[in-house]
Amino acid sequence: MNCAQTITDYGLRSIGIGERLLPRTDFDLCTQFTLIGSGLIWNIYFGTLALFFGFFIANAVALAKASDNALLRKPAEWFIFLFRGSPLFIQFFLAYQLFVLLPRSGVEIFGITVATSWLTKAWAGALIVLVLNTAAYSAEIFYGALQSVPKGDLEAADAYGMTGWRKFRRVVWPTMMRLAWPAYTNEAIFLFHATTLVFFASFPAFAQQGDALYYANYFADKTFNPFVAYPIIAAYFILLTLLLISIFGVVNRRLNRHLPGAARRIRYRPQLIR
Amino acid sequence: MFEYCADPKSLEGLRWLSCYLTTGTHLRFYSSFGTVLLLLAITAPVALLFGFGGALASRSQILPVRWFGKIYTSMVRGVPDIIFFMFVPIALDQLFEYLRSRVYCDTSVPVRQGNDFVVCAAAKLPRSDSAPWVHDSYGFFLAVLAFAIVFGAFASNVLYGAMNSVPRAQLETAEAYGMTQRQVTRRVLIPQMWSYAVPGLSNLWMILIKATPLLFLLGVEDIVYWARELGSSKTSTFSYPHPDWRLYYFLGILVFYLLMTAVSERVLRRVRRRLSLGQATMAGEAMRKAAS
Repeated sequence: MNCAQTITDYGLRSIGIGERLLPRTDFDLCTQFTLIGSGLIWNIYFGTLALFFGFFIANAVALAKASDNALLRKPAEWFIFLFRGSPLFIQFFLAYQLFVLLPRSGVEIFGITVATSWLTKAWAGALIVLVLNTAAYSAEIFYGALQSVPKGDLEAADAYGMTGWRKFRRVVWPTMMRLAWPAYTNEAIFLFHATTLVFFASFPAFAQQGDALYYANYFADKTFNPFVAYPIIAAYFILLTLLLISIFGVVNRRLNRHLPGAARRIRYRPQLIR
Repeated sequence: MFEYCADPKSLEGLRWLSCYLTTGTHLRFYSSFGTVLLLLAITAPVALLFGFGGALASRSQILPVRWFGKIYTSMVRGVPDIIFFMFVPIALDQLFEYLRSRVYCDTSVPVRQGNDFVVCAAAKLPRSDSAPWVHDSYGFFLAVLAFAIVFGAFASNVLYGAMNSVPRAQLETAEAYGMTQRQVTRRVLIPQMWSYAVPGLSNLWMILIKATPLLFLLGVEDIVYWARELGSSKTSTFSYPHPDWRLYYFLGILVFYLLMTAVSERVLRRVRRRLSLGQATMAGEAMRKAAS
């Protein structure tokens, strides 16, 4: 079997397109590269969507935590403590058990039956956990940035007669983003790395459609040789990380476009913000 | 455990619960919390040591040593730590068995035969005739080594950064006093670097705590393993039948981790305060001003 054939057979295997059965006997390099690469689709799916939804929630939670009103502040503090203080692995297990316990026939809310079985599937259940998790970590980053918005900026906004939403939208929020961006880049990278946990924490891989690590682990188990599959997935993730850094670097330059020399390269300090 | 537990079918309410929670398997579940703490207690110093070696190696004057240090430090960038946790134990196990097979076995037989990794019985680790506890502790040992290697790389990142943040003038002064390179490192660089390293290291400790449930993936019988085992529904053929209680077991584990991180945060904040005292940093300056 040549490589082009392998790619058409297994290139989209992880989302259910192509060959149904996983290879059982010949595990050549091409097969491993293709299948692990196809698993990467799931990592990108989880990472991108969690980052997108998490961003908005994180902004709201950060503002709530900075609020003077205890009714807003306390829940935000607890939310952040709960998700930052416990391992993501346990959160996955817990969420899965919670979703499984929901009645199979659906929950009735205001007379409308809401189906719940989709929550036990990885594409939805794990995504919810990842969204909440990254929201908590990002909220802490944004909160820290919000606290370090320079006093002078706020006074300048006051002097221009800006108040309320206008002041927030035009002065506070952009500065907050500018300050938080390097740390937020690290968080994004870490989130993409954390997506590899999904199929190892309860959430079943339907019809063996798993993520990159799921397939890498499959190959390592079948061939008793960890020295091929794991370096391949490592290479994929290094490429993904470089891609993320460059995308976030573009945003960083745009955020700092008015500051000469400020749009430096983001120095990636791995995981140390967590 | 209690005398009235002899016939669990006749029990009800709190008595049933008190018997249920003290069965032999539950006691093993409780002691697995000890396993997690043991892992933390062993890994933290070993990882710090590895990190120290890595950081010193990346500052070395000798080129190959510096390369080694740089590669080790940058190893964890870009690659998820879970991949290392899956890779390192198998890789080390095969490495050990390969080395032993070169000594104890017929070396003309290749180790890799198709999709199999074969060594003769004498080279197996642990030996097939050894006691079960040897098998368990060998698995635990590999897990500790995997954790130490990965977190050592993180720590060497932190320590390398901290060593670079020690003011140049301090080192130059030491050189001006005629100290050799080694003396400068030992007497000036290392004592001063801690206050710069502590924020990063305390962060690392938190990450380490939150990485401990990954022991489950390495095949160690840790709290996640027992929670799944004990929580899953038991039919009436068992002495304590109950529906699926895994949710409650995992809630218990969640509370355990929340307590661990909350307590650590308190302690680390005090350590940070203690180390900033009298340092020429922002935190130290703030404390000096507050005191006067």
